Amino acid sequence: MTAAIEALSTAQTQALIRRLTALADDEIILAHRGGEWTGHAPILEEDIALANIAQDELGHATLYLGLRTELDGTDPDRLAFFRDADEYTSTRFVELPRGDWAFTMLRQFLYDTFEALWLEAATRSTYAPLAAVAAKAVREEKFHVQHTALWAERLALGTEESRRRTQTALEGLWPHAAQLFQPVEGEAELVAAGLVPDLGAVQARWHDLVTRHLADKCGLILPETGAEPAPRTVHTEHLAPLLAEMQRVAREHPNAEVW
Amino acid sequence: MAHGEQPPAIDHLPSAVWKALAAVPDPEIPVVSITDMGMVRDVTVDSGGRVQVTFTPTFSGCPALHVIRESIEQAVRALGVQDVEVRSTLTPPWTTDWINEDARERLRQYGIAPPAPAGEGPLIQLDAEPTRCPRCSSLNVRMTASFGPTLCKRMYVCDSCKEPFEGFKSV
Repeated sequence: MTAAIEALSTAQTQALIRRLTALADDEIILAHRGGEWTGHAPILEEDIALANIAQDELGHATLYLGLRTELDGTDPDRLAFFRDADEYTSTRFVELPRGDWAFTMLRQFLYDTFEALWLEAATRSTYAPLAAVAAKAVREEKFHVQHTALWAERLALGTEESRRRTQTALEGLWPHAAQLFQPVEGEAELVAAGLVPDLGAVQARWHDLVTRHLADKCGLILPETGAEPAPRTVHTEHLAPLLAEMQRVAREHPNAEVW
Repeated sequence: MAHGEQPPAIDHLPSAVWKALAAVPDPEIPVVSITDMGMVRDVTVDSGGRVQVTFTPTFSGCPALHVIRESIEQAVRALGVQDVEVRSTLTPPWTTDWINEDARERLRQYGIAPPAPAGEGPLIQLDAEPTRCPRCSSLNVRMTASFGPTLCKRMYVCDSCKEPFEGFKSV
């Protein structure tokens, strides 16, 4: 059975908007962090690869916000470029500064694995427009996981220095990763209706996959799971400066038709 | 196109629209057209002459989407059609399996290895698909970068003829 927009209750529509926006916000912020490496990555090929990945993530944000447009008519560009930090619903996980290459690759790997698994589950959504978006995006996300999984391996099993940096990055990221799996308000009802994947189930698969790769294959030590993650409304101090830079052109030329 | 001062004759057949679209090049790989790439999914012409073209994006973040959309509109208008609507669809998702045989050969001649059959592989797959050098056909090739100058390509080097080349990702 597939659900159309008309079949959604008001509560479901509002919760779906929150879920789609949360996904898009994480993609936008992470894409910006990836984009910060343009011209600075260790080698040209990786500069290009990360720019490709960032571009894909922005493409996915466009897809998610496009679904939101169908629900409430909002303009994706206005949402991305004219919301302040307190209106964003990104996780602290994606907001953290880019750090070194190990931090960047490890964050991207943890995120890509989450996104690929979430999307794979979302291809079975009873909400047909979401299932279509997921079927599209998961094909692209696969390439990210392949790439960043190899980087995690290369760094963890490389030199003493690369291993140390990778372990440090993992310790810095791990306490924040759980925030990716926090449901938005009303999400349980969406899950019950089969509209979106159950984050608990996605998290179990994610934990298994990440452990097999990072601990078993790469020999890294997974930190203990931390305290209950912060809600998506509590941001790091890094988000506001990021938005100031990202939104600058749009805000200086709010009536421009082409940026 | 029109002869002399006569207004162009409007051909109401979808086949005319398809033919026009077959001449619209992919903005990033000009040796193939958007129909060769399998991007045009449907053309309908209603009794009032209104043309609707449905296309599917190759990659969701492809920066050429606006250009493609405009090129489709222009190509249809050039047939003398006033009323054109270009729609996009994600279902079914685009796959490199839709690139036609003839276009694969042109890609090869242009120096881009065409994609292997995409299939439905597992979600996490670390082995790359077999790729042949577009110059010497050797399978003795190495991937040097899994992301290339555009979202759809990867970079390779052929260990037989020593040439670097681009290869299409199988999606």
